[in-house]
Amino acid sequence: MAYVAVRGGEKAILNAEELLSSKTFGHQSRPLEADQILEQFSLGVDRVMGEGGLYWPKAAAYALKQALGDPLEAAFLVRAFRSSIPRQGYTDPIDTRKMRVQRRISAAFKDVPGGQILGATPDYGLRFIRFDLFEDLDRARIQAKKALQGLVDSGTPLPESFPKVVDILRERGLLASPLSKEQSLCDVTLETLSLPANRSARLQCLARAETGGLLALAYSSMRGYGQIHPAVGELRVGEVPLCIDGRPIGWIRVTECEVISRMEKAKEQDKPFFTMGYGLCFGQNEVKAISMAVLDRIMQSDVAPHPAQDQEFVLLHTDGIEAMGFCLHYKLPHYVTFQADLNQLREIRCEQ
Amino acid sequence: MRAIANINSIKEGGLRRYLSDKNQIGYNFAYLNESIKREIRRKILKAIAIPGHQVPYSSPEIPIARGWGTGGLQVTLAIVGPQDVLKVIDQGCDDSVNAVNLRRFISMTTGCETTTHTREATLIQTRHRVPDTPLQEGQILVFQVPIPEPLREVEPKEELTCRMHAEGDYGLMWVKLYEEIVRWGRVTVGARYPVLVNGRYIMDPSPIPRWDVPKLNQSPALLLFGAGREKRIYAIPPHTEVDPLAFEDMPFCVENQAGKACRLCGSRESFLDEIPDEDAFASRWVCSDTDYCFERRSNSSAVRSPVLVKRKELCKPD
Repeated sequence: MAYVAVRGGEKAILNAEELLSSKTFGHQSRPLEADQILEQFSLGVDRVMGEGGLYWPKAAAYALKQALGDPLEAAFLVRAFRSSIPRQGYTDPIDTRKMRVQRRISAAFKDVPGGQILGATPDYGLRFIRFDLFEDLDRARIQAKKALQGLVDSGTPLPESFPKVVDILRERGLLASPLSKEQSLCDVTLETLSLPANRSARLQCLARAETGGLLALAYSSMRGYGQIHPAVGELRVGEVPLCIDGRPIGWIRVTECEVISRMEKAKEQDKPFFTMGYGLCFGQNEVKAISMAVLDRIMQSDVAPHPAQDQEFVLLHTDGIEAMGFCLHYKLPHYVTFQADLNQLREIRCEQ
Repeated sequence: MRAIANINSIKEGGLRRYLSDKNQIGYNFAYLNESIKREIRRKILKAIAIPGHQVPYSSPEIPIARGWGTGGLQVTLAIVGPQDVLKVIDQGCDDSVNAVNLRRFISMTTGCETTTHTREATLIQTRHRVPDTPLQEGQILVFQVPIPEPLREVEPKEELTCRMHAEGDYGLMWVKLYEEIVRWGRVTVGARYPVLVNGRYIMDPSPIPRWDVPKLNQSPALLLFGAGREKRIYAIPPHTEVDPLAFEDMPFCVENQAGKACRLCGSRESFLDEIPDEDAFASRWVCSDTDYCFERRSNSSAVRSPVLVKRKELCKPD
């Protein structure tokens, strides 16, 4: 009975679990510690926190280790844990003007008040694999440490905060005033998304969406399927304070992006102004923040002939954890449904 | 169990305090927190009150992948109590790896008794089958649903299908069935055959074979449907009219199993799985419902089938 081999039962599951677990500790190499992952795979940790929807770096680091480095699986572990704890309350809206900036750039102006701060970025680096690190890791590490000390000694400390580029545009009346505040904010972790979704729900979905999924849809718009001609008004990465009822509870690292987009008019007789798309996600994830801002803007379109303009299309297909689960479920046995289809096919073949 | 123990070992400060109030595996009874359970129960009640209508719910993540039965599992976890006797089947089989895994998770987090016997179970979670042993009053059957929207094949946009249900505007669906008859000579739906519930809502019965569709009509048991990824719950209360969509001159028919019988128990009254032989033209047939098959054999030979009853005192309800 060949196919019945799928019936393995409990023993097979436990064995598979054990086999997998042994892999997370390494066979030939030393086991990775959480502090190593936190420091040296920080972007991976950030991505897991963002898609997992829980800001807890240490848990994200362990999840990444347990998932053998797969950020999607790790984000799933984090999200599953997250829903086992009740929501205790909501923080006040964060004010990114108070961000302790580690990096901020504006592509819209050559220079902006406060200056362009590149920070630690591979943007202008040459993408060579550093084979020298294969040879002598210790020497390279000592050199890097020395170089960092040099930068610290010669540099000037950054100011506590930076003015925002969009405020400059707003003061001059060139940018649409902020969308009016919604009366009731949605919480997509507690309610089903109803369509058309309000903006708070859209932004929450995008913030938890899978980076690659957002990128693919945002890229389709950038290439021409619903072009919005985005310019990065400002992209900033840094730490922002969190408060509940005005009382500070800590800091989280976020990436924020504001894209400035093509002009609009409120009424026929009005002067035109630029419009804006907004992206914000946990940790440092610039691809996600920019993609999110582009999609936020393009979903404000009145017409939706292209996928990226259609909020149902974007919001329901970019949740990585849901998409991954459904994709993998095709591995489950489907022999009953297949039998039903097979039966139909045979009968039609007989009749014809 | 081990995976959960690993998570426990990394708990920190405030969370540890919260979790220590709970059970030893670190999670609430039936995993979900109480406010989410209450929300799901409210949605189930609403679903029962409006037979066949899809009710949106929060559908929080649980440690089982989306698409692997999360909706059914959330419904089960929201209604299971310590006194329940649970049965889980996948494709009719208690021993399928996914059924084993879900049963393990539910019994691990509730300590409730499990069984393979349809008659003994108070709560049955199923994927793709209705048991061939008739259900009884008081039993609850929970279906795992991949795609709750029966109209999606004719209209992918949720905004529009919601309106079509509200207005009872099912013309597109009838046209689709009619076109299948024109093209193929019959309705070609294999599994997931659409039904009309209580004369009002068209409903997706989940990918059960057509064989199982008549069992939904006037069922003495409560039938609950959970679609986790799609965040919808719906229900068929006991003794509700359920009709498969069909035309007067083109009636609904179940799979034709004429001339076939179960190789193990000889049944001709149950849904049969085909197992191809190495000889390309031969197949063997066996009951898809493994408990039904065991019971028939044990009744005839007076040998009782192995019963899978476990009680795990891993956690206590609040």
